Amino acid sequence: MNEKLYLEDEENLGTQTEENYEQVYCRPNTLTDVPFHYCPGCGHSVVHKVLMEVVEEIGIQEEIIGVAPVGCSVFAYHYMNIDMQEAAHGRASAVATGIKRVLPEKYVFSYQGDGDLAAIGTAETIHTVNRGENILMVFINNGIYGMTGGQMAPTTLPGMVTSTSPYGRDVSMVGNPIKIADLLCLLPGAYYVTRQAVHNPNAVRKLKKAFMKAFEYQKQKKGTCFIEVVSNCPSGWKMTPVETIKYLEEKMFPAYPLGDLKVPKN
Amino acid sequence: MVKGTIKIDAKICKGCELCIIACPQNALALSPNFNDKGYRYVELISNVCTGCANCALVCPEAGITVYREPKPAKKPQVKVE
Ligand SMILES: Cc1ncc(C[n+]2csc(CCOP(=O)(O)OP(=O)(O)O)c2C)c(N)n1
Ligand code: SF4
Ligand code: SF4
Ligand code: SF4
Repeated sequence: MNEKLYLEDEENLGTQTEENYEQVYCRPNTLTDVPFHYCPGCGHSVVHKVLMEVVEEIGIQEEIIGVAPVGCSVFAYHYMNIDMQEAAHGRASAVATGIKRVLPEKYVFSYQGDGDLAAIGTAETIHTVNRGENILMVFINNGIYGMTGGQMAPTTLPGMVTSTSPYGRDVSMVGNPIKIADLLCLLPGAYYVTRQAVHNPNAVRKLKKAFMKAFEYQKQKKGTCFIEVVSNCPSGWKMTPVETIKYLEEKMFPAYPLGDLKVPKN
Repeated sequence: MVKGTIKIDAKICKGCELCIIACPQNALALSPNFNDKGYRYVELISNVCTGCANCALVCPEAGITVYREPKPAKKPQVKVE
C-alpha cells in the first residue's frame, strides 16, 4: 500500500491523499473560517456544524435567519455564515417570532442552551410553542450553565455536583430536572418535537435528518419544530470529553431518553 | 475493503479524542507534538482507513476531510438480442 496515504505532510501537519480518491466529507462552506472558541469536545460545535451542513445541503444560506442566545453559544454568529441576530438572555424564541412574522418567507431558527431556554426564558419558550410559531427551536441541554462557570440548571440531574450544588442536586430543595421538551408536546402549536444527541456518528446522522425534517415542515408552514440535543459540557462537568460520552450514556440518556416525542399525524 | 484516507486540520484540532473513539478501525492517535494553540493534535497512524467518515462526523472542530477510493466502474451491460 502507498505510504503517502498516512505520512505527515510537513506544511499542513495533515495527511496526503491519493490523487484519484474522491472527497466524501468536508467542513461545510456555510461555516466561516473562524475556529470555534468552545472547549475541546463541546457538543455546541458539533451542533453548529450539523446545522450548517443541512443549510448548505438544502441550499438556504441566503434564506435563513438564526437567533443566537446568551450562554456559551453567544458567538454563534461568528461561525454560522448566515444572517443572525443576538437576543437578550432567554428571549431568542420571542426575537425569532418577530423576525418570522416580518419576514415569513425566510427560514428562522433560535438556538439556546438550557439555562437560556428552560430557566430565564421559560415563559418565552412556552408561549412561542403555544402560538405555534412557524420556526425551528434548537435546544442544547447540557444539564448545566456552561458559560458562567458550571452552576446548576433546571435540567441538572438529581445528585449531580455543580458549583452551586456542591453536595449534588437536592431534589427536596430545588425540585426535579425539568423535561421541557415533554412539556411542550402537550401544546397544540408543537408540530414536531424530538430529542437527539451528538455523542457518536449515528447520533450525528440522526440529528441531521431531524434538522432536514424541521426545515421541510417550516417550508410547509406546519408550526413549531423543537429539537433538543442532549449534549455535554466537559468543563462544567469537570470531565475529559471522552468521559462525558460515558456520562451521557449512563446518566443523561436514561433521564432524557432519545427519540421523537411528537411526530406529525398523517 | 474500501480504501480511504483523511486529512486533519492540525491547526484547529483541540485533541479532544472524540474521533479516536469513533474510529472503527483504530486508525487515529494523538501526536506527541503540539499545535500552535498548545493542543496535541490527532494523526492517522495506519493505512486501514476505510473513509467511513465517522471521525469527521463527530469532530467538534469540523477539521477532518474524508476521501475514499472511487467505486469500480460498473461493467457496461451487454444486451442480448
Ligand atoms: C439577564 C441575565 N441574567 C444572567 C446572565 C448570566 N448568564 C450568562 S449565560 C448564563 C447561563 C447560560 O447557560 P446555558 O443557557 O445552559 O448555556 P451554556 O453556556 O451551557 O451553553 C447566565 C445565567 C445574563 N447574561 N443576563
Ligand atoms: S463551558 Fe461547557 S458548554 Fe461552554 S464551551 Fe465549554 S464545554 Fe461547551
Ligand atoms: S474515516 Fe473512518 S476509518 Fe478512516 S480514520 Fe475516520 S473513522 Fe477511522
Ligand atoms: S475530534 Fe477533531 S478536534 Fe477532536 S481530536 Fe479529533 S480531529 Fe481533533
